[in-house]
Amino acid sequence: MACVCGNEKQTLEAYYEPLKKVLGAYPKDERYLIPILQDAQEKYGYLPQDILQGIANGLGISVSKVYGVATFYTQFHLKPRGRNVIRVCTGTACHVRGGAEVLKAIENELGIVGGGTTDDLEFTLETVACIGACGLAPVIMINDDTHGRVSPTSVKGILDSYRQKQQESAEKRIKIAQ
Amino acid sequence: MKPTFYRSHVLICTGTGCKSSGASQIEAVLAKELEKHNLQDEIKVVETGCHGFCEKGPIMIVYPEGVFYCRVKPDDVGQIVEEHLLKGRIVDRLLYQELHTEASIPTYREIDFYKKQHRIVLANCGRIDPESIEEYIAVGGYEACGKALTEMTPEEVIAEVKSAGLRGRGGAGFPTGLKWELTRKTPSDKKYIICNADEGDPGAFMDRSLLEGDPHRIIEGMIIGAYAIGADEGYIYVRAEYPLAIHRLQIALNQARKYGLLGEDIFGSGFNFDLHIKKGAGAFVCGEETALMASIEGKRGMPRPKPPFPSVSGLWGKPTNINNVETFGNVPYIIKNGAEAFRSVGTEKSAGTKVFALTGKINNTGLVEVPMGMTLREVIYDIGGGVTGGKALKAVQIGGPSGGCIPAELLDIPIDYESLNEVGAMMGSGGMVVMDETTCMVDVARYFLQFTQSESCGKCTPCREGTKRMLEILDRICSGEGQPGDLELLEELGNHIKDTSLCQLGGSAPNPVLSTLRYFRDEYEAHINDKRCPANVCAGMGAPYVIDELTCIGCSLCARFCPMDAISGDKKKPHKIDPEQCIACGVCAGKCPVHAISQAS
Repeated sequence: MACVCGNEKQTLEAYYEPLKKVLGAYPKDERYLIPILQDAQEKYGYLPQDILQGIANGLGISVSKVYGVATFYTQFHLKPRGRNVIRVCTGTACHVRGGAEVLKAIENELGIVGGGTTDDLEFTLETVACIGACGLAPVIMINDDTHGRVSPTSVKGILDSYRQKQQESAEKRIKIAQ
Repeated sequence: MKPTFYRSHVLICTGTGCKSSGASQIEAVLAKELEKHNLQDEIKVVETGCHGFCEKGPIMIVYPEGVFYCRVKPDDVGQIVEEHLLKGRIVDRLLYQELHTEASIPTYREIDFYKKQHRIVLANCGRIDPESIEEYIAVGGYEACGKALTEMTPEEVIAEVKSAGLRGRGGAGFPTGLKWELTRKTPSDKKYIICNADEGDPGAFMDRSLLEGDPHRIIEGMIIGAYAIGADEGYIYVRAEYPLAIHRLQIALNQARKYGLLGEDIFGSGFNFDLHIKKGAGAFVCGEETALMASIEGKRGMPRPKPPFPSVSGLWGKPTNINNVETFGNVPYIIKNGAEAFRSVGTEKSAGTKVFALTGKINNTGLVEVPMGMTLREVIYDIGGGVTGGKALKAVQIGGPSGGCIPAELLDIPIDYESLNEVGAMMGSGGMVVMDETTCMVDVARYFLQFTQSESCGKCTPCREGTKRMLEILDRICSGEGQPGDLELLEELGNHIKDTSLCQLGGSAPNPVLSTLRYFRDEYEAHINDKRCPANVCAGMGAPYVIDELTCIGCSLCARFCPMDAISGDKKKPHKIDPEQCIACGVCAGKCPVHAISQAS
């Protein structure tokens, strides 16, 4: 299978370069494992197996230890994620104000369930316990934007605006390429 | 440099609530408008932290008058600049309108929501620029720190906090002074102080707002605490989900270092102290102190048995003191104003104030700080403006997943640690979720248990297995398959889990179930015996729905939303539900504008 990023010429060295930088920013000590995982995920989008192995080698600890920590915290992802990450708040305030219906509407719209990623890697759908913007419940976050007072009927419009962004930038890329 | 005097200050709330309502856009437009009218040297725009009234965001306050504009849209900014800032005429239509009288209230001090609050911890939130240490110092910041380090011995600091009666604001209410004393008394070459800002309770955002709105207050509280216990290194453990709080803390730390408030020989006292930020990685259990320390050490965040308590053996085996954000937020006030002043607010056993995140089916959602001992009724009706849509209040959930539901008839109990424990809830970190008659209490209990069950770290059996079994029973009840004896089993399991869990996550996980069983048993029984959800929330229960032909206006709204296409009928004529196809989800009943649909008895 071809790489989804479309870049098949990337060398192994280039692939490990960001990880090297991350490891270089911290002393070789197990206590920095979590910040290293956080930084590595920021660079790679998720934590592939070879990166976990690379971190274990870099810190001189077993990969099982790294895997154990990476799977304990919900922030870490071992599978590729969509370009847009949707976080639906299922906190108390959102729950009471209809957050579950919003989630259902998004699931229907994208054809995936919470935790899943669409096949085209456009969207990843997650649920979070609380975004901390309860005053605006129900709330969803798409990437870094918070959308408050969302309703099942407004979901499609919101998602479309991100699809469009994607399309626009794709068109732009094509134009530039031409 | 020539000092600039501004004739007006425009404060824009840039807390997370207002930001997601569009505060950044407002700010950009305001900057443009000010420039257009050449006012940029006369009017200063200040980004502040949360004002607490998130419901009405984006919020803009114009000083010196203190005029409070709410739900400001980018299009409104031009008018505010032209009318108010240029001509001095208040823009009436953007003022806050009191809910019941509909009177426009110009200044925020007169708004009911703020009138009854007593702001000690939140005193600066929304009043100063959180990214400026100068503004914090200008309102008396770091004075307490100077006093403690130069005029008081560590023992005196501890004695002051003890006599103030400050108790942990993270939930359990352990006396802070005593905790400090225990850590102080453990001999060691190295000690740590930690601020627990791993605010994971769904429905709670006071730590976030405090860190975003007044980060220096927390840093000051931590320096005083570190001096008292003899720590030279500290950590602030913040959720990674709070990027703005982390960003502002980082700025504040750098400023404090630059001013010599962190580092070596602070205030020439010979006391050294520095602080690090540790980003959490998304595990609710890390709010538990031993799990939090494991997480700082780079391990899986799992709790360990106590004793040894952190005050004896904590982070990397060294004596460690952990307090909550709000607890540290109270410390500068106590040192500066004295224990007496602090004690004068609140009740005898619960001194001071408590910050609550008021959410759910309430008119004024937001952050409130009230004196301990105030009744729930005052908070919900006088400050919160009552239940939305004029519906009847059913219960108030306090303390998040560890807390309990307090029924409407107990609304007059005072808010303090003991009273809340007595009724089966707990102070918790301060989430207060209002529920009305359309909320199903069984569903709420299931919701919280689902949360704690999925956040259980899995180390001890009672929590890992017990919560799972309880959840299975609740799932069954909610889908109409409850059996006689289920409630007794839930109680038995719940009490065992409480007694035998390793940490407080498990120890309090059954609380939402046990407290709803105590006060809303009839709802559980309706689910089990009558296969009916009284609040019409639990889908797929019991008999199919029917349309009352006399009331139906034939709008066909129900038919459009029916997931099974079970509803038919001509426009403007009474519709019918096919009982064979109806799955009793209740969507139609919720959509019907004339309440013509109900479940067949």
